[in-house]
Amino acid sequence: MATLLNVNGVSKRFGGIHALDEVTLAVQEGEIYGLIGPNGAGKTTLFNCMTGLYSVSRGEILLDGRPIHNRKPHVIVELGFARTFQNIRLFANMTALENVLVGRHVRTHAGVFGAVLRDAGTRAEEAASRERARALLDFVGLANKGRTLAGHLAYGEQRRLEIARALATEPRLLALDEPVAGMNPAERRQMAELFQRLRAQGLTLLLIEHDVKLVMGLCDRVAVLDYGRKIAEGAPNAVRQDPTVIAAYLGTEAAA
Amino acid sequence: MLEFLHRPRTRAQARAAIILLAVLLALLPFLVEAGLGRSWVRVLDFALLYVILALGLNIVVGYAGLLDLGFVAFYALGAYLYAWLASPHFGLHLPFWVVLPLGAGLAGLFGVLLGAPTLRLRGDYLAIVTLGFGEIIRIFMNNLNAPVNITNGPQGINLIDPVTIAGVSFGKTQELFGITFASAHFYYYLFLVFTLATLFIAYRLQDSRIGRAWVAIREDEVAAAAMGINTRNIKLLAFAMGAVFGGVAGGLFAAFQGFISPESFTLWESILILCMIVLGGMGHIPGVVLGAVLLTVLPEALRYLGDWQRAALGEVVVDPGDLRMLLFGVALVLMMVYRPEGLIPSRQRKREFHAEDGVAAQEQASLYDSRA
Repeated sequence: MATLLNVNGVSKRFGGIHALDEVTLAVQEGEIYGLIGPNGAGKTTLFNCMTGLYSVSRGEILLDGRPIHNRKPHVIVELGFARTFQNIRLFANMTALENVLVGRHVRTHAGVFGAVLRDAGTRAEEAASRERARALLDFVGLANKGRTLAGHLAYGEQRRLEIARALATEPRLLALDEPVAGMNPAERRQMAELFQRLRAQGLTLLLIEHDVKLVMGLCDRVAVLDYGRKIAEGAPNAVRQDPTVIAAYLGTEAAA
Repeated sequence: MLEFLHRPRTRAQARAAIILLAVLLALLPFLVEAGLGRSWVRVLDFALLYVILALGLNIVVGYAGLLDLGFVAFYALGAYLYAWLASPHFGLHLPFWVVLPLGAGLAGLFGVLLGAPTLRLRGDYLAIVTLGFGEIIRIFMNNLNAPVNITNGPQGINLIDPVTIAGVSFGKTQELFGITFASAHFYYYLFLVFTLATLFIAYRLQDSRIGRAWVAIREDEVAAAAMGINTRNIKLLAFAMGAVFGGVAGGLFAAFQGFISPESFTLWESILILCMIVLGGMGHIPGVVLGAVLLTVLPEALRYLGDWQRAALGEVVVDPGDLRMLLFGVALVLMMVYRPEGLIPSRQRKREFHAEDGVAAQEQASLYDSRA
């Protein structure tokens, strides 16, 4: 398997605080890669660096060999890297379908003249976008919610809509920031099943998650961050027994 | 106002409604003249002009959520370009169909020039910078009369060519097909054509890839960028599109009035246009149209306050000019207290202001929390 995402010695400082300190990791094509760690370990900061919301202070991030650090977010999306947010960030006053259609933006081209004149090309593009958006809503289980405002959807539905919106950008790598946070066990199982289906379609998943059971059952490999450093990496079961990881989660006393 | 067009019971009913509306719009200046006098036809013309302006600003404020308080600058640029290219001031007399696109282009260019340095600003900060921009343009127009006389300063530019189509000058009263058309009538039809074109463009943009990108930026700029929207370009496009409408309206205004001066392009105009959008229903085209018409007609109607006072009390107790602005202000305040979402809000806006679940408020609160 080829490496899809390389993070090489990435550091991120906010003033004097080292949010990320020389983090290096590699995500293989087609795997589900978990990123875990205690609160404040720098997981979301790493996501924001990868997706262009933050600049990196040092180091490089490569997507399929091409540097993406310090690029604009929309360029990174165009290269095939989409994400969701920990605190759901949908366009609350747009319908579910419109939210997904916004995700199509980067793969479509109609400009002002196309919009006003509605030539055959624009109409075809718009129709194809809508068809694709409906298919994606169906895929995440929101087939009959297309006309509902995103802000009116139930919490779990909003999480799934965010995934559909990210999928609409046709990513090769999808980064999910705590996608099952706040969900009940049944909903978590549904989500895990959704992730499996995504992987079966050839998508690579990068997952920040607190739910250890989910991570252990789902991820091929996990990396553990603590205080901005990677303290362990490997198969979930090996990482779980790693004394450094146990210490990070439970404190040194408990580990001893 | 145009709401019924959205929910026609049947196709035939929809067609009947459109024909009825078309006939009404065609006869309106004559009905108004017969009922209220010629000066009201001019009010009607201004109402249409403000509909164009409000729809233009609505793209910037209503769709893209960029609070622009300097919109009148684009109106001024369109008007001044028209005056420069079609008046004795420089001795140029180009036809309006040449000047108007140039004015639209110039305004659009300035839209980008204003947009570029303000891309990182939002809300109050953006409002203040755009306000400054509007004032700068006005002050330039006021002072560019020496050493080279470009704008003729506070005196303004006079004797601007009226629009001429097929040899018919819109500037004077003429008889066509046995009907007497005054200047105000000609311009009514001209403005109506431009208003309908603006409406068409606004509706088409709203339901498009570009329109959705604007709304996405308004809703959550970070998420919009993370979903692949080039926020810089799309915001500049909003500024430019809004400015183009402003420039067109400015050119029409210059031709219609025959005279322009910096006095016509004060901050008050920008605020008035913004009020039209807010009052009618931000981001919702029928609401914006209604807001523009109401806020043009209402102040004119309140001019009769003096007559009414004389009729009721035998004398004018309060100066009608003062009372007019007072009542206008009271109407706006009452409106914002009791119906903050506007007269005809979109379903989205209605929800924002009457959120049962408070999700909207939460979303707003967390808007920028992941930014460095």
